Amino acid sequence: MANAQPLLSVRGVSKAFLGVSALENVDFTLQAGEVHALLGENGAGKSTLIKIITGAYRRDEGEVLLEGTPIHPRDVVDAQKLGIGTVYQEVNLLTNLTVAENLFLGRQPKRFGLTDVREMNRRSRAILDTYGLDIDVTAPLANFSVAIQQVVAIARAVDISGKVLVLDEPTASLDAHEVEMLFAVVRQLRARGMGIIFISHFLDQVYEIADSITVLRNGRLIDTVPVAGLDRLKLVSMMLGRQLEADIKRTIDPNTAKSEPLVSLRGLGKRGSVDPLDLDIRQGEVVGIAGLLGSGRTETAQLVFGIERADSGTISVGGAPVNMTSPRKAISQGFAFCPEDRKTDGIVGDLSVRENIIFALQAQRGWMRPLSRSEQEALADRYIAALDIRTSDREKPIKFLSGGNQQKVLLARWLATNPRFLILDEPTRGIDVGAHAEIIRLIIDLCERGMALLVISSELGELVGYSSRIIVLRDRKMVSELTGDEISTDHIMKAIASHGATGEAA
Amino acid sequence: MKNSKYLPLLATFVVFVLGYVICISVFPNMLSTRVAGNLLTDNAFLGITAVGMTFVILSGGIDLSVGSVIAFTGVFLSVILRDTSIHPLAAFAIVLVLTTAFGAAMGGVIFFLDMPPFIVTLAGMFLARGISYLLTTESVPITHPFYSTLQEIYIRMPGGGRLTLIAMIMLAVFALGIILAQRTRFGTYVYALGGNLTSAQLMGVPVAKTTIGIYALSGFLAGLSGIVFSLYTSAGYSLAAVGVELDAIAAVVIGGTLLTGGYGFVAGTFLGICIQGLIQTYIVFDGTLSSWWTKIVIGLLLFGFIALQRGLMWMSERSARNMRHASAAAQASGA
Ligand SMILES: Nc1ncnc2c1ncn2[C@@H]1O[C@H](COP(=O)(O)OP(=O)(O)OP(=O)(O)O)[C@@H](O)[C@H]1O
Ligand SMILES: [Mg+2]
Repeated sequence: MANAQPLLSVRGVSKAFLGVSALENVDFTLQAGEVHALLGENGAGKSTLIKIITGAYRRDEGEVLLEGTPIHPRDVVDAQKLGIGTVYQEVNLLTNLTVAENLFLGRQPKRFGLTDVREMNRRSRAILDTYGLDIDVTAPLANFSVAIQQVVAIARAVDISGKVLVLDEPTASLDAHEVEMLFAVVRQLRARGMGIIFISHFLDQVYEIADSITVLRNGRLIDTVPVAGLDRLKLVSMMLGRQLEADIKRTIDPNTAKSEPLVSLRGLGKRGSVDPLDLDIRQGEVVGIAGLLGSGRTETAQLVFGIERADSGTISVGGAPVNMTSPRKAISQGFAFCPEDRKTDGIVGDLSVRENIIFALQAQRGWMRPLSRSEQEALADRYIAALDIRTSDREKPIKFLSGGNQQKVLLARWLATNPRFLILDEPTRGIDVGAHAEIIRLIIDLCERGMALLVISSELGELVGYSSRIIVLRDRKMVSELTGDEISTDHIMKAIASHGATGEAA
Repeated sequence: MKNSKYLPLLATFVVFVLGYVICISVFPNMLSTRVAGNLLTDNAFLGITAVGMTFVILSGGIDLSVGSVIAFTGVFLSVILRDTSIHPLAAFAIVLVLTTAFGAAMGGVIFFLDMPPFIVTLAGMFLARGISYLLTTESVPITHPFYSTLQEIYIRMPGGGRLTLIAMIMLAVFALGIILAQRTRFGTYVYALGGNLTSAQLMGVPVAKTTIGIYALSGFLAGLSGIVFSLYTSAGYSLAAVGVELDAIAAVVIGGTLLTGGYGFVAGTFLGICIQGLIQTYIVFDGTLSSWWTKIVIGLLLFGFIALQRGLMWMSERSARNMRHASAAAQASGA
């Protein structure tokens, strides 16, 4: 196929933001009928490249050819008209509009010059049907989970794109089942001769779906290679420019299991959200929470942190019962919570990296006792180094960081409060393989220094690596608690599945 | 709940019905088409410009210039009809082009210079008022016979009430406004801008065109409102319609539209206008109350509605979250 005209080709594209180069002389070629993965560390320039292709950014140099003709999309609409549909990394759709309006925004079917709402709803249902999604398309998008919103965004982009479909980390908030559904659609589109650009930090997914891979590093093209026969370690070293160290497995000190629990939950639950559960978390312990999306993992964390009010049970901290009525209360107990939906929660775009990092700590100290500038800078620098946050300097507004680096800043914000008890909801989502390892090492390190942690993750391998104990949730119930040798991905999968077989009727 | 977006509208409706029931129980005479007809006529100009304001607020903006534009329109018409022999219809066309262009220009400044609508339209407010002063500082009567013809057009309603031409124009503007908001691409774009600007942009909403269109529409309707106002008062005066922009904003907010944009309905604004009209009518019937009571009651209502909206937002967020749990769980168990 090498001699066939490529569907899309990018030649010598460069882009700088305020003098800082984000892309330098990058070439990229997408064939019709292929899924092409674009890989690289956080801040490598992946999103920037696709924003140039889709008209959201203007390139400084270079050219983009679609089927051999140079294109200069002025804006996203232009690119859509050319048949390029996109799911952007940081964009949720418009939650105040209905599902159907989101799917058809800008191309609503018309009748007598007016929007034909009935037709629009009918077609929306048909589109979502192909994703196995049966929801009320006339309800505002805000009523649905992030995962469903993501599926709607994908459905919209697929429906718009005639030639090229760009997916920038589309799977970050999807569960395995939804990912499968998405991939089925992507395969269909590929068979129809479309070209698909796929960005992800999940290498398993890349190996499953992609035909070829282009790797970027620091804004430069490293190589484009076919997936077949590509060695995984080689790929990772292409991305990072170094070898990744071997998997980390924690050694657990048997004595911690005997100490007094720092946080204990007794019959804690909330009707319609989480069934009552008992759990003890000790200092120097990482308790992992596993389960499918919607199994009540995040809800459990929210109960503990006082975001949702429990209607049964008690929480005690250091033996004394605490009425956890609000996050403030939780913070005053030395709790911290890094939420899952970091796309929307918590980023203050115009504030600098430094200000975003000290935010929670400052709030905890009270605004009457400001941190001195040098303390702030020291803290910021420490976490920028510890989490390998890629930014030209600490005073850069956070909105100019790449998606993954923004997430690291938020993680840093909560770490900076130096809590006794830290809850992390999907801490490695959207974070590249290199930084992944950093974060896991950090979790282990914090724990060894005596912090108590509760970590929710969909990446079972990772969870197994650092957890002292793992609880498995299913249908908002705790169905299993794994300790010692039971901690393995197999056991977790079994716990999820075996109870699933009986609970299916629900 | 899906219907939560209709709740503020419903609340406004309930307030209106309650208010009407109270009025009637105190003054049974208020239950007549005559009162209803007067209410619509007296508030026609306010209603028309409030429709424009609804679009502006839905998009997350604000338009402070409309009161001045109404005054400008009246002054322009009275002066041009006094000094030239041009037909009023032609004068209407000219003034509508001017006010629409004025609105479009403000929209352009807001978008291209990335300036807050509050500042830009505040400047527009002073500018339009200033130009009116330049034209004339005194109240100029309009005596053209065509005006009398227009003023005499009405439909007699059962019960003796009159639905005047200007009331009909207002009702038509509301009807068209509802269709524009709910059934056209432009309308959806307006909601999209109010929802989230960045998302709207990346989803391909033509932000420039829509922003300019919204302020042009508001300018056009302020011009139309000015024409109606001149028909209502048979004069043009540069000090007229001071503070009408605030009455319009109040009607929009009482009508259940969120000041931050993205949520609300044109129909709600109609109810907002009716509620304001009702209070005025009550005060007229009472005869002893100062007309400032209108302002006081509207002030209280505004507080009430903003509190209600907060409460509703809070409740719907909670129920949305519960729905999300439910849908996510349904998904998971389907897996
Ligand atoms: N609008 C902007 N203004 C200034 N700098 C920017 C802007 N957008 C991106 N950058 C910078 O360009 C570089 C590349 O960012 P980009 O978003 O393309 O990374 P990415 O490869 O998508 O990373 P991630 O995996 O974290 O999403 C980063 O250093 C980022 O800080
Ligand atoms: Mg990115």
